[in-house]
Amino acid sequence: MTRLFTALLALVLTLGTAAQAQPLRLQITEGVIEPMPFAVPTFVPEDAGGSQYGEALARVVAANLTSTGLFREVPPEAHIARITSFDAGVSYPDWRAVNAQALIVGAVAANSSSLTVKFRLFDVVSGQQMGPGLQFAGGIQDWRRMAHKVSDAVYSQITGEGGYFDSRVVFVAESGPRDNRTKQLAIMDQDGQNIRTLTDGRSLVIAPRVSPAGDRAVYTTYQTGSPRIALMDLRSGQAQLVGEIPGAMTFSPRFSPDGQALVFSAAIGSTTDLFRLDLGTGQMVRLTNSPAIDTAPSFSPDGRFLTFESDRSGSSQIYVMPATGGEAQRISFGQGRYSTPVWSPRGDLIAFTKSHAGRFHIGVMRSDGSEERLLTASFLDEGPTWAPNGRVIMFTREAQGGDPALHAVDISGRNLRRVPLASPASDPAWGPLLP
Amino acid sequence: MNLTTKSLLLLAGLALAACNNPRPDTFAGAGLDGFGNGTGITTGTLGDPNDPRSIAHFQQRIGDRVFFTDDSSELTPEGRSTLQGQAAWLRSNPQFAILIEGHADERGTREYNVALGARRADTVQRFLIAEGIEASRIRTVSYGKERPVEACAEPRCWNINRRAVTVVSGGVAG
Repeated sequence: MTRLFTALLALVLTLGTAAQAQPLRLQITEGVIEPMPFAVPTFVPEDAGGSQYGEALARVVAANLTSTGLFREVPPEAHIARITSFDAGVSYPDWRAVNAQALIVGAVAANSSSLTVKFRLFDVVSGQQMGPGLQFAGGIQDWRRMAHKVSDAVYSQITGEGGYFDSRVVFVAESGPRDNRTKQLAIMDQDGQNIRTLTDGRSLVIAPRVSPAGDRAVYTTYQTGSPRIALMDLRSGQAQLVGEIPGAMTFSPRFSPDGQALVFSAAIGSTTDLFRLDLGTGQMVRLTNSPAIDTAPSFSPDGRFLTFESDRSGSSQIYVMPATGGEAQRISFGQGRYSTPVWSPRGDLIAFTKSHAGRFHIGVMRSDGSEERLLTASFLDEGPTWAPNGRVIMFTREAQGGDPALHAVDISGRNLRRVPLASPASDPAWGPLLP
Repeated sequence: MNLTTKSLLLLAGLALAACNNPRPDTFAGAGLDGFGNGTGITTGTLGDPNDPRSIAHFQQRIGDRVFFTDDSSELTPEGRSTLQGQAAWLRSNPQFAILIEGHADERGTREYNVALGARRADTVQRFLIAEGIEASRIRTVSYGKERPVEACAEPRCWNINRRAVTVVSGGVAG
């Protein structure tokens, strides 16, 4: 794949250079917010090749920003001003008149193989450009990624948070009857586009996770007839079994933050314990040794701790222990069962699945177990995965008697939405922001 | 994907089909040896359920499965009785090996259910060993909630899906 490169445009704009007291800023840590109205006119084509991408780029940017629930688009039909030149001055009164607070002006040039996209973000209210303009260049097959990069830059500029639009999600694509499901490993852009299957469906696969660099996936496969852990190179599609323990079923793998190790579960006899595998040396270390089920381990972002679920107290609860093993502290004490804890990329929160009174929830709590908040409720919600910026959680939702589908929710609990996929899907694993 | 990977996947798929049929009642008797063990598949007939030495008798008259309550891997009195019957059959038909499949209902998270299914299969295995069946004849696998026999999303189906199934294979039935 053509590697995208980012270049700062040396922009010295004459308009609105005076320092403003209140730059455009959305504080998304606050409670209820009013979505910020923005306008993104068709990107100005700078050559004949660019004309076929201008509208599509603007639509992807608009869809990304709208999907956050933090922004509301002023539809193109309402626009008064027409953007015909990337470098012409912005007519702020025309954008204020349609109540746009942010304006994204883009341009695109393309030939048969490569594409160049640039944009500037304007604060309509104060009448000035926000931040530097940016330019992205790459192959034409990556045109959506460039729209995602524009979206990430706009999102970051306005919210002060990292973006997540130019990222991918590995998941399980499902087909066939419920009692004999075909499950294939697959990968998509975070908005549900560009789906590719990675396994052929002959073997049942479940619960993939993506490496911190996004170059590998690890998952549980039944290719031997029994649960085993497979490590796949996402570029080549080549997979190999790792972490085999004679006489054990091995499953629930996850990468360490440096990508050099896996932590996983092994069912040996009636117990399921946690193990760590160094991918470089193949050395395996047992981390827990209890008669209970210990599974779904996840590292803290600094690599010092593990959170996992265990039924050692009698029902599934969430624990935290040093990443090398040792004494585990229970951190979940609410009613019901707690499963699948996943540490946020920021380190402050742990997302989890909770089941109580016949309902399933995705929730978050601080890593000491305090401030538990349930974000969702349904017949079956499970398996949270964090967006790279720690603001959004994707998970599997299955309506009673229905097919599973991927959903996403903001950690505020707002903006629950279905990821638009045509087929049943489960077990999302969100990868990092792409370079 | 290159040819080697495809071949591996194909082999793996065959092995899976051979040793983990999720519907033992349609199961035609296959070898236990999975991918990598290098031995072939043996084929036997299910036979007549009225023939006490047949696999059909084991499945239909003795019962090839036991059921569990929610989030439990403890045997019920009915389950113990079924397993005593299975053990008696296995003692008198020593040419057969078994694969015990542990399953969970859909009312739990995916990976916990893999572990729970493993514990259920292990419970059955230990019971049969205690009843005198050689450990060398027994293998276990957990399918978690991945292979329900009943698809409805209601308690009556969950009760049937929380199960451990004893799949008989590795011999020639009468």
